[in-house]
Amino acid sequence: MSVQSPISSVNDFVVRFANVNGSGSASANELFARSILRHGVPVSPRNIFPSNIQGLPTWYEVRVTEAGHLGARGGVDLMVAMNPQTWDKDVASIEPGGYLFYDSTKPMPTSKFRSDITVIGVPLTAITNSTYTDPRQRQLFKNIIYLGALCALLDLDPKLVEQLIGEQYKGKEKLLSSNVHALHLGRDWALQNLKCPIGLQVKKSDKVGERIFIEGNSAAALGAVYGGATVCAWYPITPSSSVAEAFTSHCKKLRHDPATGKAKYAIVQGEDELASIGIVIGASWNGARAFTATSGPGISLMTEFIGLSYFAEIPAVIMNIQRAGPSTGMPTRTQQCDIIACAYASHGDTKHVLLFPEDPAEAFEFAAQSFDLAERLQTMIFLMLDLDIGMNHRLCRPLKWDDARQYDRGKVMTAEMLDEPGRDFGRYLDVDGDGIPYRTYPGTHPTKGSFFTRGTSRDRYARYSEEGAIYADNMQRLVRKFETAQDMVPRPLQANAAKPTKYGVIYFGSTSPAMDEAIGLLESRGHQLDRMRIRAFPFHSSVASFIADHDFVYVVEQNRDGQLRQLIVNENDIDPVRLVPILHYDGTPITARFIANAIGDHQDHLKVTPLRKAVS
Amino acid sequence: MTYIAKPKFQHPGLPKNDLGYTHRDYEGKVSTLCAGCGHDSITASIIEACYELSIEPHRVAKISGIGCSSKTPDYFLGNSHGFNSVHGRMPSVLTGANLANRDLIYLGVSGDGDSASIGFGQFAHSIRRAVNMTYIVENNGVYGLTKGQFSATADRGSKSKKGVMNTDNAIDLVAIALQLGASFVARSFSGDKSQLVPLIAAAIRHRGAAFIDVISPCIAFNNHAGSTKSFDYVREHNDAVNRLDVLTGRDPITVEYAPGTVQVVEQHDGTRLALRKIDADYDANDRLAAMTFLQKHAAKGQVVTGLLYVDPDAEDLHAHLDTVETPLNTLEAKDLCPGSAALEKINASLR
Repeated sequence: MSVQSPISSVNDFVVRFANVNGSGSASANELFARSILRHGVPVSPRNIFPSNIQGLPTWYEVRVTEAGHLGARGGVDLMVAMNPQTWDKDVASIEPGGYLFYDSTKPMPTSKFRSDITVIGVPLTAITNSTYTDPRQRQLFKNIIYLGALCALLDLDPKLVEQLIGEQYKGKEKLLSSNVHALHLGRDWALQNLKCPIGLQVKKSDKVGERIFIEGNSAAALGAVYGGATVCAWYPITPSSSVAEAFTSHCKKLRHDPATGKAKYAIVQGEDELASIGIVIGASWNGARAFTATSGPGISLMTEFIGLSYFAEIPAVIMNIQRAGPSTGMPTRTQQCDIIACAYASHGDTKHVLLFPEDPAEAFEFAAQSFDLAERLQTMIFLMLDLDIGMNHRLCRPLKWDDARQYDRGKVMTAEMLDEPGRDFGRYLDVDGDGIPYRTYPGTHPTKGSFFTRGTSRDRYARYSEEGAIYADNMQRLVRKFETAQDMVPRPLQANAAKPTKYGVIYFGSTSPAMDEAIGLLESRGHQLDRMRIRAFPFHSSVASFIADHDFVYVVEQNRDGQLRQLIVNENDIDPVRLVPILHYDGTPITARFIANAIGDHQDHLKVTPLRKAVS
Repeated sequence: MTYIAKPKFQHPGLPKNDLGYTHRDYEGKVSTLCAGCGHDSITASIIEACYELSIEPHRVAKISGIGCSSKTPDYFLGNSHGFNSVHGRMPSVLTGANLANRDLIYLGVSGDGDSASIGFGQFAHSIRRAVNMTYIVENNGVYGLTKGQFSATADRGSKSKKGVMNTDNAIDLVAIALQLGASFVARSFSGDKSQLVPLIAAAIRHRGAAFIDVISPCIAFNNHAGSTKSFDYVREHNDAVNRLDVLTGRDPITVEYAPGTVQVVEQHDGTRLALRKIDADYDANDRLAAMTFLQKHAAKGQVVTGLLYVDPDAEDLHAHLDTVETPLNTLEAKDLCPGSAALEKINASLR
């Protein structure tokens, strides 16, 4: 019996499902999240899963948030505890006054509960076993039965859930009816035996609007389709594999020649990451738009080729879905920890363009744009997602495309151009002063425009040379090209606090939704912060201006060493003392609570420490 | 690799091929390899083969890795695009290039260090993927650029120039190519131009993964008494399984096949290969027999040369992927982008 008042909240709570990997719970849990969306209430779900095939714990968290907060909140209001292995940890994570839902077929001893939570027992195994004889059916339908019970407990409209099941099993009447039956089994049992609804409830609203619900990896893959990628070479690695798989799926639906049925794309699963990026570079050299998707360990393997792409100036796109490193690290946990590794990938002096989308909609836009940028700049472009965006569904604005948009193929000299009187073709000539030379595709002209691509030093006409001055001239042009890139990549977005402030915060990528919420929490504590979301490297000049305009700027990121902060300091020659790192790196998504506490505490500390005041 | 261009002057009386090109049109820059290097002989054979086939030089993409062999694409087909990639990764770059534009001819040039060591995986996988290419390994069993270390194709028991005995087993790239499903497999000797030129020509005409291992003695580091890749050793142990002529579709001939005479092989593109069978029992269409034949003669210390296997019905990677006939690199937004209407439908499905 709870001694604490049970939490009472409408359309604002966190449900977490604790399951066993391989138990088939994923589709039921996702159905739960989608059902709430159909009530017009925003949700923010997250998969928390182990790096193994079967048997270990897995969690699925659904944040129900009428206010539209899409970052992780932290804490659990209702725990659906289906995994005995993690029972103690799961029970401990429930907020005071929260709820514990469990399979009460074999009741747990009271010592396994907490006095400050409400325990809801449903004999799931008994209900399942009395209905189904097939072991697989028992396993799968148990998940739908607990979904049915939750419908009653949270006051979900069963018709909306049935509608979703109908969409999922369209044309498969047997599956549809059996799932609906299981749903009602659970709902009816709960209505007859429990006090329904509990304090946590879902009421119909209109806060979802036109937004769509999509994973970042799928959106990025769709961006590659719209951006004109025709060659994809990849090697499976978590959490990036679903990019290539989604690209394959999208291409099968959208990219076949209607007359012949033949594919207007080529997808190769390479033997490793080295081959994958080699295929991408070969295809791009030959004028196709090509990309690979990988994660940190893949980037490590690709760095030799990345250096070649930089120095030989071959366009290419790498979608890096970051996970916790170093080495194998935590393969299924999220981080933003490849910033430095990608910005300066490969030996020698290199700099690469990085794009940081905040959500699936931007992943789509930036993915499509990355192919224009790669060809325009003739260099490698990194689309920097992470597991939190890539492998979770997010609510985001609908994807948009301008049908008038043409692909920017960059500076490509055609046979006609080569034949123009007085035209001089030198592969590495800086004709326009922007550091970007012209290239030709192989096979363009019988006698003009051919050149030898190599990773060794060469002159402006692509002739092998180890002359120091020629090498330095080339390296300086590459710097010029990188400066040109500053105005081509997505600019940072800035928002000022309601009141003038001496403090700012810089953040990027998947931190965005948590930051949006954290700003409100900080304001409620009296802290005003101007903010800037960085969307690309090289940094636009406004980044340095923003820092110059504030006494202190917090840099919020999800890695141990403050990699974005390092990059800002390094590239803008800024005094590091003025950039305060706010770092979160345990592999879970950063939360608004964490950001607000870390910045709030620092701000409070500033107010009481004379030395800090003196510095400011 | 060199920056020394050959003079452009051509003698007006030079013979021309069907397209009006002379041998000079197929040449590249001046070689900087050691005088007498077998690789230069292979370069000459490539030039000869392309001339005889009347290939437009600029329609060839020549791709290599790193090493002495990988420098050679600079010395032939000067009007072609070349790509000197990174050590051992020529096959992946070539595969990508081929996917981008199926209409060019892809010539991959590699070495034994490049293909049998660091690039062994890429060699294997490009073969098993049936990339339409001519993959030539200029095989001298030694690392020339780094002055004489054994490569993975050096025979066990052979000696380096410094007298060190190789105790590791050799990788036979021909045997591996056969096992992996290459649809055209040959071995030759850089000093046997009459055999090598038609082999290269046939490989270029072949649609699929064509592999030629060319024993190419390193004049500086592997042409001594203890080497099994020296000129003298290979000449003494060379056992030619057949002689090859390439007959183009423009001049068809009908040949009665009989042991000891000629076997005509119809290729995918209609080109015909005429195998002059020295060994009456040798069947170049039998992969299993070729593997056995190779191993049997290797055990005797013989270097089998010639066309060991060809599949006249071979398919390439584009056929396996069922890609459009139009080169992918020429497709534009109107061909590739599904448009806003399709995106609206996708949006609707995600609500």
